[in-house]
Amino acid sequence: MPQFDSLFPLQKGRVHEACGASAHSFAAMACGQAGGKILWLQAGWQAEQVNPSGLAQFMDPKCLLLARPDDQKSLLACAEDGLRSGALSFVVVESLQPLDLTAGRRLQLAAEEGQSTGIMLIPDGMGSNATQTRWCCSPMFHGVDEQEKNLTLQLWELIKNKRGTLCSWEVCWDAKAHRVIVVSEVGE
Amino acid sequence: MQRRIVSLWFPRLASDRILRAQPTEAPFAVTHHEKNSERLYCVNSFARQQGLVEGMGLCDAKVLCPELRTQAADLLADQRFLQMLLRWSNRYCPWVGADGADGLMLDVTGSTHLFGGEAEMLFDLHERLAQFGLTVFSGLAATKGAAWAVSHYSKGVVAEGGLKAALSSMPVQALRLDEATCITLQRLGLRSIGDVLATPRATLGRRFGLELLRHVDQAFGDQAEQINPQAPEVYYAVRLTFPDPIGFFDDVMAGLKRLLEHLCLKLKKHEQGMRSLRLTCQRVDQVSAQAELRLARPMHDSARILPLFERSVGEIDAGYGIDQLRLEAFDLEPLPLQQVEVSTTPKPSGDALNDLITRLGSRIGLDKIVRFLPADSHVPERSFVVAPAAYCEAEGEWREGLVRPLRLFAPEPVLGKDKMPPKTFCWRGMRLALGRATGPERIAPEWWLDDPNWRSGLRDYWRVETRQGRRLWMFFTPQSPAWFVQGEFA
Repeated sequence: MPQFDSLFPLQKGRVHEACGASAHSFAAMACGQAGGKILWLQAGWQAEQVNPSGLAQFMDPKCLLLARPDDQKSLLACAEDGLRSGALSFVVVESLQPLDLTAGRRLQLAAEEGQSTGIMLIPDGMGSNATQTRWCCSPMFHGVDEQEKNLTLQLWELIKNKRGTLCSWEVCWDAKAHRVIVVSEVGE
Repeated sequence: MQRRIVSLWFPRLASDRILRAQPTEAPFAVTHHEKNSERLYCVNSFARQQGLVEGMGLCDAKVLCPELRTQAADLLADQRFLQMLLRWSNRYCPWVGADGADGLMLDVTGSTHLFGGEAEMLFDLHERLAQFGLTVFSGLAATKGAAWAVSHYSKGVVAEGGLKAALSSMPVQALRLDEATCITLQRLGLRSIGDVLATPRATLGRRFGLELLRHVDQAFGDQAEQINPQAPEVYYAVRLTFPDPIGFFDDVMAGLKRLLEHLCLKLKKHEQGMRSLRLTCQRVDQVSAQAELRLARPMHDSARILPLFERSVGEIDAGYGIDQLRLEAFDLEPLPLQQVEVSTTPKPSGDALNDLITRLGSRIGLDKIVRFLPADSHVPERSFVVAPAAYCEAEGEWREGLVRPLRLFAPEPVLGKDKMPPKTFCWRGMRLALGRATGPERIAPEWWLDDPNWRSGLRDYWRVETRQGRRLWMFFTPQSPAWFVQGEFA
């Protein structure tokens, strides 16, 4: 069984993938826990935006740059430039189209060169083979009687891992410690 | 030391400027619309031989000389041309001013010996200006007035002390008087400057006022007259011409590197930074290709700018080869030199990030890279502003303690009329059951802004946790009962 701690502050210099309804909060939590400058890439035609006031509970919105290229090709080119530059610690890409192996591999090489981490937010089932890990994240209901106001309970399923086996965890965001904590291990 | 002034007069500036590009041996005139008709503004020597003069109507001129070629005057271009000549004249002395629309005044005091003497200097001036295709008359004398008189009504050098002898025989027009005064003087029989000098000053003053006396005094140096030199405008542009055309990427980059170093040196000297650059590649087939670069911050650091240019240079089509590069800087902003911080632990600087913004900006446009700045509003979609990252700093404090969704979208209606959240509802094709609802948080529209999305009035926001897991931000509009989903939490 892989340990959550060995996987979760995501491995630097690699590109990871996240899908599911909570993919955005996965990216926000990963960026928030590690800190540093973040480039968030989004296709220009996408109406749904990340909300900085909501992001503020995970990280400082000052560290965020948002770029909205017009087409998929420049989206990937920007991601590659951003990963390679070394000025950023995270590049988050909201990709709506499947990534082919060449593009995925290029992003990995760029991330390796710039020692920054890439997170691709992908639709379900459109992952690339080149990714280091792939997470399926979905929100979970706390239960009616639970009184705490933490609205971040999620189920994170590791559905691809190049260096090990798969597992799932129930996690939530601890605002005080500013990190993700494991509520319980679900197992395979 | 006695002052020595050169007056240059370009009597055919407008036509010479045009004919420099298209030399001709036929009558040519520049026309200008004045006094309600097209009139000749400037004629070349061939037209003058045909009897054409300035101020003549174009129709009359066409009758006299049917083969006359004409072109409309461009007074602004003439002015620019004179400015260019002014800049060029700095090779003779540093103190050059324009004299009217068609002349220059050079204060050559103490610089004539550099050219071998006064006569030699004038000869050199004429030689060079003739090569440019310009007609020029010149005069060198001790005062501005005398130099003007010599250039317009005589020529050559007036030696020191020979002023009176040289000017005496000239007509009174040489004193730069207006036409009415000249005519009156001539009617009184005062035809030359000598005649004027021979008349008692008191009489002249009574009859013509101080204006005439001032002109006489200025011509003979009894009253001072300034030349107003213009500070040379600083041009942030450099160019490089090659003996043979080039076409390889590396060659262009090497040329660009040289240009950038020069340009940045100049910018640093004047403590300026540039926001955008344009590289113009002049190709051998007379076509020019351009590459533009917009920078995220004003910069004058050639080593950092050069790699940012790679992308746009790579897109240039060199065709049969490039034989001239020209680099211009635009959008200048003051950029004072900064103290270099010496410390053992290097502070992370924003340089790398700015370079990245520039690089991405050259691909997708600088305005598409934005950052969020907090704004003072309770309305969720106006609680932040989106500003281009290149033109603003990340600043401002984000409000803590507000529970806001991570993703925000345009309100999507769900069924329900009750003021409590619906027990079950359909959203985006999913059937969701209410697990727990927290709220309401009432947000009122900002009446001072007319926002069509807020015409439905007050909103009661609820944090709705569904049994399926999705946590939604929903609102109810009590003034026109309806439920909407506007965001989703983590």
